Amino acid sequence: MEFKLQPLGDNSVIIELGEDISRDIQQKVNKVSSFLEKKSFDWVIEYVPGFTTVAVFYDPCKIETNTLPYEQVCEKLSAHLEKLDVEQGAEPRVVEIPVCYGGEFGPDLEEVAERNELTPEEVIDIHSNGEYIVYMIGFAPGFPYIGGMDERIAAPRRKNPRLKIPAGSVGIAGKQTGVYPIETPGGWQLIGKTPRKLFLPEGDTPSLLQAGDQIKFVPITEEEFQKWEENKND
Amino acid sequence: MIKITKPGLLTSVQDFGRYGYQKYGVIASGVMDSTAHRIANLLVGNDENEATLELTLLGPDMEFSEDTLISICGGNLSPSINGKRVKLWRSVLVKAGSKLKFGGCKTGCRAYLAVAGGFVLPEIMDSKSTYIRAGIGGFNGKPLQADDELTLGEPSEFAAQITEVLAAELDGQKFAEMQWTIASDFTSTAVSKPKVRVMKGRQYDWFTQDSQMKLFTESFDVTSQSDRMGYRLKGPELQLEKEQEMLSEAVNFGTIQVPSEGNPIVLLADRQTTGGYPKIGQIATVDLPIMAQLKPGDKVQFTEVSHEVAQQLYLDREKQIHQLKQGISLKIKQESK
Repeated sequence: MEFKLQPLGDNSVIIELGEDISRDIQQKVNKVSSFLEKKSFDWVIEYVPGFTTVAVFYDPCKIETNTLPYEQVCEKLSAHLEKLDVEQGAEPRVVEIPVCYGGEFGPDLEEVAERNELTPEEVIDIHSNGEYIVYMIGFAPGFPYIGGMDERIAAPRRKNPRLKIPAGSVGIAGKQTGVYPIETPGGWQLIGKTPRKLFLPEGDTPSLLQAGDQIKFVPITEEEFQKWEENKND
Repeated sequence: MIKITKPGLLTSVQDFGRYGYQKYGVIASGVMDSTAHRIANLLVGNDENEATLELTLLGPDMEFSEDTLISICGGNLSPSINGKRVKLWRSVLVKAGSKLKFGGCKTGCRAYLAVAGGFVLPEIMDSKSTYIRAGIGGFNGKPLQADDELTLGEPSEFAAQITEVLAAELDGQKFAEMQWTIASDFTSTAVSKPKVRVMKGRQYDWFTQDSQMKLFTESFDVTSQSDRMGYRLKGPELQLEKEQEMLSEAVNFGTIQVPSEGNPIVLLADRQTTGGYPKIGQIATVDLPIMAQLKPGDKVQFTEVSHEVAQQLYLDREKQIHQLKQGISLKIKQESK
């Protein structure tokens, strides 16, 4: 695997794996992440994937060396990264996200439809039939940067951002679609809402989604939404 | 138990922070000034990572319902117990029923209050740090409020020895301070003309030569839009040579990023996990406490340091803190004889 290493400070190194957003580079990022996960070097504090990079934060005091810890870190990482084979990529995990489209959950669905000269049903159809991939998690806990939205339902951000967007809201901003894990202010056009929790602070992994996951949005009715909510409280 | 009677401006429970979860978008949180936090813990016989209270500019008022070994380190927020001044950077034994108050901020911006045994609070994702935005960690996921009651943990054996030494000096007073304090190498983070060492950032070369030079020659003001998440600075505008697309990637504690309007932002303890603005610089870890003790209105000057030197400084600092730990232990052994 080809890569470049550069410091991100005196306690971290960034592994660069490419320059553009693409499935290929995303798979490399995944490969490196899962290698770091399995290898669990005792000097690695954590790793953070980006669109084309993986940052490795380390404890310089845990590296035995007569030279600079950074040099050792680069040597150790390089020895392993060179051997990583991108071809043997694992099949992505598919995560279903039920979405109740329109109504009070998706107040901007009609506007997104009108802007693109579609009916609301067509927008739902296009949105729920897309093939989506999670490039990375960032911005907020459990927030997925999702690629793969059909440009026929693209819509610019709202001129007046909402002060509160409820957790679970599914929105569109430009050519991107996303789901809000926690209540935040924001300018996305809201087309629906999922009853599934994306941020799980009490769970073993606090995020429903992980970089590399494939997402399927599954339309549900309001009744089904309520049922999900009730089951969650059991 | 400690009861908060007035919350202060922003008082929160923090430890080193939450690590291993940034890949899920969960921010690290944790103390802003890790040196002051660690020393405060060492002076009360705690593990360095035990949670402390981080006090900001205007400290809280509180009451102690039991005899408690405490230490206050970092910025000088004018602490007093029952009206009498308390010194910073020392072990202090406080009698039950005493009231600790803070006056104005004399130096720095944040102080750390450690108590022997730490605070009995649940760990969320391996940390007691308060993550205010998500409402998790710390005391009910929030900054401390009036009437909050903090339960204290079991003090260590070493804490018991320190307490014994101080108890002998109480002499009917409400509190007793240790005679000796910490070497000034550690206590001088709240300085009047701060110089902070900065490495070139990953996108340093994207900036104009003029901007590259100004980063290291001119001073910057800390604006009022500065908090635990980051400090917005105002100074010479830093411009890119040409517009370039930047894809979101991990950022670090002390990353200096520059949005297109040209005013740098220094990312701190509550930074987001990833960022999409070009990074012109990265503050050396050893100088983060200096940055953390700046308050709105202060000026800061950046000086260039190489990545190699910054890492060597990091190792040296860890060695010094290790020696300090041994020094404290030795001192207490001598005095408890």
